[in-house]
Amino acid sequence: MDFTYILFLLFGTIMTIASICVITARNPVYAALFLVLAFFNASGIWMLLHAEFLAIALVLVYVGAVMVLFLFVVMMLDINIDRLRQGFWSYLPLGLAVAAIMVFEMAAVVSGKYFGLEAMPQPETAAGISNTKSLAWLLFTDYVYPFEIASFVLLVAMLAAVVLTLRHRKGNKALDPKVQIEVKREDRVRVVTMANERHD
Amino acid sequence: MDALLQPIASLFGPAWPLVWILVKIVGIVLPLILCVAYLTFAERKVIGYMQVRLGPNRVGPKGWLQPIADALKLMFKEIIVPSKSSKALFIIGPIMVMAPALAAWAVIPFYKDWVLANIDAGMLYIMAMTSLGVYGVIIAGWASNSKYAFLGGMRATAQMVSYELAMGFSLVAVLMISASLNLSDIVIGQSKGLFASHGFSIFSWNWLPLLPLFIVYLISGVAETNRAPFDVVEGESEIVAGHMIEYSGMAFALFFLAEYANMILVSALTSIFFLGGWLSPVSFLPNGFFWLALKICFVLFLFLWFRATFPRFRYDQIMRLGWKVFIPLTLVWILFVGVWMMSPWSIWR
Repeated sequence: MDFTYILFLLFGTIMTIASICVITARNPVYAALFLVLAFFNASGIWMLLHAEFLAIALVLVYVGAVMVLFLFVVMMLDINIDRLRQGFWSYLPLGLAVAAIMVFEMAAVVSGKYFGLEAMPQPETAAGISNTKSLAWLLFTDYVYPFEIASFVLLVAMLAAVVLTLRHRKGNKALDPKVQIEVKREDRVRVVTMANERHD
Repeated sequence: MDALLQPIASLFGPAWPLVWILVKIVGIVLPLILCVAYLTFAERKVIGYMQVRLGPNRVGPKGWLQPIADALKLMFKEIIVPSKSSKALFIIGPIMVMAPALAAWAVIPFYKDWVLANIDAGMLYIMAMTSLGVYGVIIAGWASNSKYAFLGGMRATAQMVSYELAMGFSLVAVLMISASLNLSDIVIGQSKGLFASHGFSIFSWNWLPLLPLFIVYLISGVAETNRAPFDVVEGESEIVAGHMIEYSGMAFALFFLAEYANMILVSALTSIFFLGGWLSPVSFLPNGFFWLALKICFVLFLFLWFRATFPRFRYDQIMRLGWKVFIPLTLVWILFVGVWMMSPWSIWR
């Protein structure tokens, strides 16, 4: 039993417990934070598999950006836990069906021995070339068109989300910095000359 | 060195690599904490002199023991946990602010091969670690069960997330021209070039060809650490102290120390990415850790100088600067650097 195996057990245990807590936590903020913990441990496991780019990208993108915005939304929501529980029994059959499919798929991945996973060639790891570099080579040579199309689709989706939710509120008092900078003394100050009122 | 350590290594047996790494970590973190303590002293002194007063000068000779006195005072104060707060998260908040600021130092190279973990994805690791700091703020703001703390936490989070993008984009250009994510390689890459071959390495560092990005990175660094003039997080007049309002004693001190630790980290990163790390500015002087320390001190002085000079930004101005000025600027400059690299006038071949 070497050190990496102990690390794997540690990450795996924490990840499993955190994942269970995500669905059992009564407070949605706790659930989101447990999801962050689960992501972090998943990244640790990927690091053990020498997939350092994936591991760090998971922390950078999901933990560092997506979950922060997610927490933002969850913290602002006024969630009534009893109302959420009302439809439990009517949704249960559908939920069980989805769960069964997911369990089957995960079993297919984990027990790859029986599904002929070993027939696939082992990924080659060239000495002296980092994981990130080899991934970049692949993305920008063999898979350049799918990669560009995917990024374009994401860009369109992002723009659509912004345009669909953008509401211009009436009576908005936002200031235009250009107007503020270009203000001249004459626009704001009026010098009034008055006759001297005191006569002595 | 290895021969000297051999008898100690055999004492610990197979646990030796772990022990040796722990020793190195202590060797980095202890001086860092000391630097943080004396940075608070330096700030009060520098700003004091800039405002034509003396600053702290009572505790010890010329006030040199002031940070020690402050630390002792904070340690002996009671940590008050507000009622109806989330107790566990309330304690985790300050820890989550401090931990990433220290963890990021694992990949910082102090000199050639003087680095705790010389990993290939060093720059990615730095970006991932600095993006974690925001959790401490958001957790502290929510767990305090106070409207001021919550609003302050929200403000801080929005600001940190916005400026992280601009910082990330400026690093993309650094990555492009040095063709490596390894921080040591990025520093070594800056020692080559037209000016360096004539003996003036200072003009071959990344700050000159990437001048707009250097400035964007520096300003975003100030915003990222929530320092003046971007310190709306503390906003004394509106939200008193933001996410830290309910904290006292050592829990508050952790937020305070994390801010300074982050300042030192951003200064170190600026020095490594744009100011040539441990490289000497002219060829007749030797390279060394001394230069990195000097550059970090210079950037830190800029931080203090900004605080003494500029009035606080309004919140909408901060957001406009981040999203509508810095991000388009960095994107255009990345495109420009890309074209420059492919053109016959490229200086990075």
